[in-house]
Amino acid sequence: MIEFLTDPQAITDFLSTSLRLSIPIIFAAVGGVISERSGVFNIALEGCILGGAFGAAVGAYLTGTPMGGLALGLFVALMAGLILAGLAVGLAINQLVAGIAINILMLGFTSYLARLILGADAASTLPGFHAIGIPGLASIPLIGPVLFDQDILTYLMYLLVPFSWWVLYKTPWGLNLRAIGDYPVAADSAGISVPKVRTFAVLASCAMTGLGGCYLVLSQVFVFTENMSAGKGFIALAALILGRWNPMGALLACLFFGFSDALQLKMQFNSPNVPYQLFSMVPYLASFLALVLLAGKVRPPAAIGIRYERGGK
Amino acid sequence: MQSVIRYIFLFRTVWAVLLALFLGSGLILLAGVSPLTAYGELFKGAFFDYWGLAGTLVKTSPILLAGLAVILPLRAGLLNIGVEGQIYMGGLFSAMAALLLPGMSSYVHIPICILAGAFGGGIWGLIPGYLKAYHGMNEVILTILMNFIAINIVSYVAGGPMMQEGAPYPYSEEISQDLWLPWIMPGTDAHIGVIVGLALAVIMFFVLRYSTVGFALDMIGKNATAARYAGIPVQPYVVGVMFAAGALGGLAGTFEVLGLKYRLYHHFSPGYGFDGIVVAFLATVNPLLAPLAAFFLSGLKAGALVMQRAAGLESTVIEAIQGLVIILVAASLGLKYDAHRWAARLMRRRKRLDAELGDTLQSKAGGDEL
Repeated sequence: MIEFLTDPQAITDFLSTSLRLSIPIIFAAVGGVISERSGVFNIALEGCILGGAFGAAVGAYLTGTPMGGLALGLFVALMAGLILAGLAVGLAINQLVAGIAINILMLGFTSYLARLILGADAASTLPGFHAIGIPGLASIPLIGPVLFDQDILTYLMYLLVPFSWWVLYKTPWGLNLRAIGDYPVAADSAGISVPKVRTFAVLASCAMTGLGGCYLVLSQVFVFTENMSAGKGFIALAALILGRWNPMGALLACLFFGFSDALQLKMQFNSPNVPYQLFSMVPYLASFLALVLLAGKVRPPAAIGIRYERGGK
Repeated sequence: MQSVIRYIFLFRTVWAVLLALFLGSGLILLAGVSPLTAYGELFKGAFFDYWGLAGTLVKTSPILLAGLAVILPLRAGLLNIGVEGQIYMGGLFSAMAALLLPGMSSYVHIPICILAGAFGGGIWGLIPGYLKAYHGMNEVILTILMNFIAINIVSYVAGGPMMQEGAPYPYSEEISQDLWLPWIMPGTDAHIGVIVGLALAVIMFFVLRYSTVGFALDMIGKNATAARYAGIPVQPYVVGVMFAAGALGGLAGTFEVLGLKYRLYHHFSPGYGFDGIVVAFLATVNPLLAPLAAFFLSGLKAGALVMQRAAGLESTVIEAIQGLVIILVAASLGLKYDAHRWAARLMRRRKRLDAELGDTLQSKAGGDEL
């Protein structure tokens, strides 16, 4: 178990597995931050990952290019976002209920349509993105290949996480969004349209999360399987709480979960005599314990989950 | 006119379900199957056939109990997404009580197994309930994570310590036949679980409606701060109601093990806990309507397999239709009947019609003069 720490190649492999496992949850957690900062719970992260993955698979299958997959994946995730915005912002029903409804809808839709569209080809490998090393940086010992010999979606993640942080904290637009999440009445009096900003935040959130699903299919496994999101959206929710609703914090929390996931895979591999379920529980148990023990006193956006009515209470 | 509109709103869940079935027929058409044939086979297979009805009732038992496990805490404003995990823990505890305890009279042993199952599920509800009440943590995320933990624990136990020797995949030894639950339809799998669920639904209705406990829960759900000022011990209530809900979920798992499977299988619940959420909203959080909603949903699921065989349609279409049902039901709950608005709208319409009528009469009268 420990001996691999002395082998640089093994360390590199282990770290790059950790990174690869955390990327889908990073997209989802940062996506979740955007929506929840505007005051809308996004329990639908799970459904958005699944929708993104399904769209990516169908798009790549039909067009034969990973870019087609990316486009359709984003489209499906945006559709999920549109439903969430319609239910939670437009009709003002309970945001958690709306999110759960979308998760159930996405699970059913993707399972059925995948069988219908992919059919017998479901198990064949789809076109995807492959690693492009960045010259120079990729040859840094130990971490070079981990960070800079990745595919295009990983590089996109490197850009999108700081970009989301910058938008949220350094632009007037981000200030408006956070104001709506904390005190919508004040934002409304200042002339900012609460429903408009919330709708936009939910759409951006779901699109970002959909990228996580695209990554799963187009960069990781190159096939679509039913319910392949397998709870990643929920781990992302735990990560964004641990990260205190801040994109950078969420990134760190996701890296921790990716690391614990890679560790349990390694343990599964090294101890074939122990039933593997004991190890596959680890990421969920780690999320749970981290929430209970590390989260401490968290302060969510003050108006999260509360529907906003002009002139209401 | 206004009372007609009020009735239309009263049955909005029914309209939502019908609309979902209608949109679902589009999905069925995609596969090149006639929706009428598909739905015909589905409902015939689910409700109008002795064996089919038994198959529906077999599913109604866990889905109804899961629905009640969602409805009860929802009255206090708590969303219990952890029923799936509670089902698994209930199944685990009851199977352990059935297989590991020394032999005794089945009149003692069966109640012990059932209590153990309820307790196992209850613990899985109590933990998030405690963290919610005393540490203000979000129960939704906690219960979701605990689902995954419970499913893996059961897989581990069924595939490790309790696995039957030489089993091809994880399951335990068979439970002694003395402990099997009685059947309600001779020759079929339909067991007594659905009767218990029905009884519990009725009990829950009366408790929520007529007892101080029900009143306290409603008050906590509407305004926890006000409830605390009124002297209601909010925190113990939250813990207690989550334990009770977990116990209901645990019972669902217990009856699956003692009534249907007779072993502890890994992945023995195909998402019944999540069906419970659908039931809760279909029944508009009313325990008396829960049996109806659960029966309908179970029928869809049981009939889906018949439909797959008869019409050659993938049974997963039912999952997609179920998704449409919950989205549309959720949306319909957002449409509230607003008496004032409708009264004003009808009044405007009437005035307009009166005015138009007046105009035509006048022009007619004018025409006569010419």
